[in-house]
Amino acid sequence: MAIIAFYLFAISLIAGGLLTVISRSPVHSVLWLILSFLSAAGLFVLLGAEFVAMLLVIVYVGAVAVLFLFVVMMLDVDFAELKAEMAKYMPLALLIGLVILMQFIIVFGAWEINPAAEFLRAQIVPLDRHNTEALGLILYDQYFLLFQLAGLILLVAMIGAIVLTLRHRPNVKRQDVVAQMMRDPAKAVELLDVKPGQGL
Amino acid sequence: MSADLIIILPELLLSLFALLSLLFAVYTSKDGIASAMLWLTSAVLIILACWIGLTGTGTNIAFDGMFIDDGFSRFAKVAILLAAAAILAMGEAYMTAKGLLRFEYPVLVALSVVGMMMMVSAGDLMALYMGLELQSLALYVIAALRRDSIKSTEAGLKYFVLGALSSGMLLYGASLVYGYAGTTVFSGIVQVANHDISMGLLFGLVFLMAGLAFKISAVPFHMWTPDVYEGSPTPVTAFFATAPKVAAMALFARVLHDAFGAATADWRQIMALLSILSMFLGAFAAIGQTNIKRLMAYSSIAHMGYALMGLAAGTVLGVQAMLVYMAIYVTMNVGTFAFILMMEKDGQPVVNIESLSMYSRREPGKALAMLVLLFSMAGVPPMLGFFGKFYVLKAAFEGGLAWLAVAGAVASVIGAYYYLRIVYLMYFGDPAEEGLNGGQSPVLWMFLIGSAIIMLAGVVNMFGVDAAAASAAATLLD
Repeated sequence: MAIIAFYLFAISLIAGGLLTVISRSPVHSVLWLILSFLSAAGLFVLLGAEFVAMLLVIVYVGAVAVLFLFVVMMLDVDFAELKAEMAKYMPLALLIGLVILMQFIIVFGAWEINPAAEFLRAQIVPLDRHNTEALGLILYDQYFLLFQLAGLILLVAMIGAIVLTLRHRPNVKRQDVVAQMMRDPAKAVELLDVKPGQGL
Repeated sequence: MSADLIIILPELLLSLFALLSLLFAVYTSKDGIASAMLWLTSAVLIILACWIGLTGTGTNIAFDGMFIDDGFSRFAKVAILLAAAAILAMGEAYMTAKGLLRFEYPVLVALSVVGMMMMVSAGDLMALYMGLELQSLALYVIAALRRDSIKSTEAGLKYFVLGALSSGMLLYGASLVYGYAGTTVFSGIVQVANHDISMGLLFGLVFLMAGLAFKISAVPFHMWTPDVYEGSPTPVTAFFATAPKVAAMALFARVLHDAFGAATADWRQIMALLSILSMFLGAFAAIGQTNIKRLMAYSSIAHMGYALMGLAAGTVLGVQAMLVYMAIYVTMNVGTFAFILMMEKDGQPVVNIESLSMYSRREPGKALAMLVLLFSMAGVPPMLGFFGKFYVLKAAFEGGLAWLAVAGAVASVIGAYYYLRIVYLMYFGDPAEEGLNGGQSPVLWMFLIGSAIIMLAGVVNMFGVDAAAASAAATLLD
């Protein structure tokens, strides 16, 4: 049963990935991308990593893919033209792909697990815990330092985005909540006696 | 956990300071306090440097080997903190005059210093990467700080794109190392490497070194340097040329010795190649430059070549020579950039070296101080710069790399040409040239003179830096 499920998810993952690349409409590409994210999430569930699967669905499908959709729909980019441009570089891309393939063959050919490595590899998944709990223990306890540093890096990215793009414009009308609250009829309404046939 | 926190207390305090000052500045939302914040940040950096330098003892390991606080990291941290504090203080007037002094600037510098401190203390590939990214990301932003200028934006973008590429290489290498060693902790990798160095491990090492070589702008990963140095605001350029270089160089030494100490024979040849290429490219390419910031970029490439020569030796003496060289290099650069910041004409900054013609007539004191610094950079004997070069050449020679030492001496003679050309212009240039005027700043003047005096007076005993570097190097290699 698990085997069937695995092949189902694996095939839809690969098909989704392939169609993401080759479909003509960018909106369709994003939809195919969502399919491949969901299939990947299915594979994670099969591996027993249900938390990662949830993350994949929530973060990638829920946030990233929807953001992609927005970008694709907002930007007026002629993807067909871009792809035609890309086609010119196809021979070079194929060559690089071939080189990388060869490298993978070499790497996997020479792969032998070092006995010392086997010894050093940490027991990451405690069997008596839920894997979400185990992940939490690693992230907030063992890798506490790295977690905080990642937070600082994100903060720097945010400061950077603001520093480089925010411009204070002088003549912009802004909402002033206090001023709004302090308005009363006496200040806001003025009674004028308008004479017939005349404007203000 | 609390014992771990005490070990990372300096980093912790600096990040807290950065966060609090950011909060304070955002709530008051006035760029008027930026200047005060800058001085405060500078003071905090100096206090941390004194604290780390004076009270740190022994080797302390925190977070399961992810963070190492030893003599080596403390030496590098003191150099980084002092350099960053000096550059902040030097740049204040320039940034204010150009309207670039926003309160984010000192905050970003402080955060990048936190990243550098993490880098030199990293004991794990993940901690290494986190520290590296923290410092780089902050640097990319301050490179593009002058956002109305195309050159500054180009500098930031170029640095960012190439930096991302180098991070990619580094990560690829790190993943290979992890795959073959089964661990990301340096002490674990060295055990595996002692047992048997597989081809995958070496492959990973090469990619790691390529990523790190980019950060110190060693040839052939130097292409970004001249453009970024030229485009960034001058105080930012000065920062690029000093603190991050020390951090990346120390990180390089840490990775090579702590994680790959067993593969010395393998990485030595790569280091020797990086070193010789950097020295010669730095020496030749600087000859044609007329922009002093581009010239300093090539000069820094050449200097990195010499520091790498120390590492290529692969010995305690080599690491000591590298540390001494970096300390001298940073001091020289602080002085030289103080001079460059003072180069202005009718209130506008000038970067053309032709404008220095007959500078000695108008400003004999500054010209003399600059002469001392330039001689020191060229490695002319009575100055401290000569001893820096002498140390690395000696380390390379004793490490069995006599050919590299000879090449270094040759490159140093070629490189002396462009330093001496500036001296020539200052003393015997074309008197008809409309020269510089203005640029009277007591702070910059103090840094220039201070740096020049150190170059002369340091000859006596190097202010003890020599001995400190020796003990720091010993803690790395024992």
